[in-house]
Amino acid sequence: MIEVKGLKKSFGELEILKGIDTTINNGEKVVVIGPSGSGKSTFLRCLNRLEKPTSGKIIFEGKDLTELSDRQLCAVREKMGMVFQHFHLFPHLTILNNLTLAPVKLKLMNKADAAAKAKVMLDKVGLADKADAYPNQLSGGQKQRIAIARALCMNPDVMLFDEPTSALDPEMVGEVLNLMKQLADEGMTMVVVTHEMGFAREVASRVMFMDGGRIMEENSPEEFFGNPQNPRLKEFLSKVL
Amino acid sequence: MNEFLQKLYDTFIYDDRWKYLTNGLKTTLVITFFAVIIGMLLGFIVAIIRATHDKTGKFPILNFLAKVYLTVIRGTPVMVQLLIIYYVIFASVDINKVLVGVLAFGFNSGAYVAEIVRSGIMSIDNGQFEAGTSLGMNYTKTMFYIVMPQAFKNVLPALANECIVLLKETSVAGYIALEDLTKGGDIIRSLTYEAFLPLIAVALIYLVMVVTLSSLVTRLERRLAKSDRG
Repeated sequence: MIEVKGLKKSFGELEILKGIDTTINNGEKVVVIGPSGSGKSTFLRCLNRLEKPTSGKIIFEGKDLTELSDRQLCAVREKMGMVFQHFHLFPHLTILNNLTLAPVKLKLMNKADAAAKAKVMLDKVGLADKADAYPNQLSGGQKQRIAIARALCMNPDVMLFDEPTSALDPEMVGEVLNLMKQLADEGMTMVVVTHEMGFAREVASRVMFMDGGRIMEENSPEEFFGNPQNPRLKEFLSKVL
Repeated sequence: MNEFLQKLYDTFIYDDRWKYLTNGLKTTLVITFFAVIIGMLLGFIVAIIRATHDKTGKFPILNFLAKVYLTVIRGTPVMVQLLIIYYVIFASVDINKVLVGVLAFGFNSGAYVAEIVRSGIMSIDNGQFEAGTSLGMNYTKTMFYIVMPQAFKNVLPALANECIVLLKETSVAGYIALEDLTKGGDIIRSLTYEAFLPLIAVALIYLVMVVTLSSLVTRLERRLAKSDRG
C-alpha cells in the first residue's frame, strides 16, 4: 500500500532522515518507536507529504507522492487520515462542523449526508452527545477521539497517528488507545508513532525502531520485545520498559 | 445666561448655521464608510498576499509591491497623502473631492488593516494549516474556511479600532477644502468669531459616534466569543 524507497529529509544542514526503506501493506498496523529526535515524526509526516522529502520515493496506491502536483496531493491526502499530538481541532466550529467541514467543502458529500456520517462516527467514538459542543468544552481525551472521528469521516485507506496520546493526562490515554485498538480490529491500516509500549505489543503487526534517522530494527512485536538484536534498541528498551 | 443663549442662537440657529454641522457630518460619514470598505478590501488582499508569501514563498513580485505600498503609506502622514492625491495625482482632472477623500483615506487605512490582518493570520497555530491540509483541503480552502475565520475573530478589536481612528482622521479633509464635520464647525467659528460652542459641538458629535461604534464592537466580540466558552 505504501512503499518507501531511500527516503531522505534535511532541514537546512541538519539531516533528519538518512535513507528509509520500508513497505506498509494493506491491513498492517505498524508502530514506530524511538528516542526523540530520531526522525520518527518526520518520517510519518513525509508519508502524507506534510513534509517534502529531500530525496527518495513514497509510492501510495501506485502513485509516487514526491512527483505529484499540489492538486493531486490534495486528492491523495483525502485517503490518508492523520491524527496529531495536539489534536488541531478547529476551535471556531462545533464538533459536528469539525467533522463535516472537509467532506462538504471538498464536495465529497452534501451537507445532510456528511452530517449523517458524522453522527455515525461520533457514535463510534462514544461522543454522540457532543455534536453541538465546541472543542474548548472537551477534555483532551475527548478532543483526540473527535480528531480521530474527523479523519475517519473522509473514509481513509490508512490512518497516520503522530504521538496521539503524548499530550494527554494519564487517565485519558486509555480511552484513546482503546479507540485505536478498535480501529485496528476493524482492519484499518495504521502507522502509529508512539511511546506506548503496551499498545505496540498488543496491537502492532510490526514494530519499527528508529534512531538517528534510520530504521534500526523492525520485527513482529514478540520478536521485537522478546529478542531484540540491535544494541541501541536493547539499550532503549531497557530504559523504557 | 441671556448672553449664552444669544451665542447658542448665533452659532446654530441664525441663518440655519447648524446645517454646516449636519452636512459636514454627512460628508464625514460618507468618506469614512467608503474608505473603510476600500481599506478592508485592500488590507485583506495585501495581508493574504504577504502571509501566503511568508508561508509558501509564492507571489514574490506581488509581495514586493505590497511591501512598497506598506512602507510608503505607513511612512508618510495621511495629510500629505491626501494633499498629493488631490493636488498632484488628480491635479489636471476635475474630480469630486469626496471621491478624493474616499480614495486617500481608503488607501491609507488599507496599509494598517493589512498589517493587523497579517498579524492575525500569523498568530494562528500552524497546526490548523496542517489539519486542513491533512484532510485534503488545498491552501486556499484551508485559509478561507479554517484560518481566516479564527484570524478575523482575533483581530476584530484591532480592526474596529482602525475604523474609529479612520473616522477621526478624516477631520483633516478640510485641507483640500472638503466640508466635513470639522470644517463645518470651523466655518461657523469663522462666521461668529466664537470658537467654544461650534468646536465643542463638533467634538461631542465625534465622541458620540466613537462610543457608539465601540459598544457595537463589544457586542459583536461577545457573540464571536461563543466558541471560547469552556
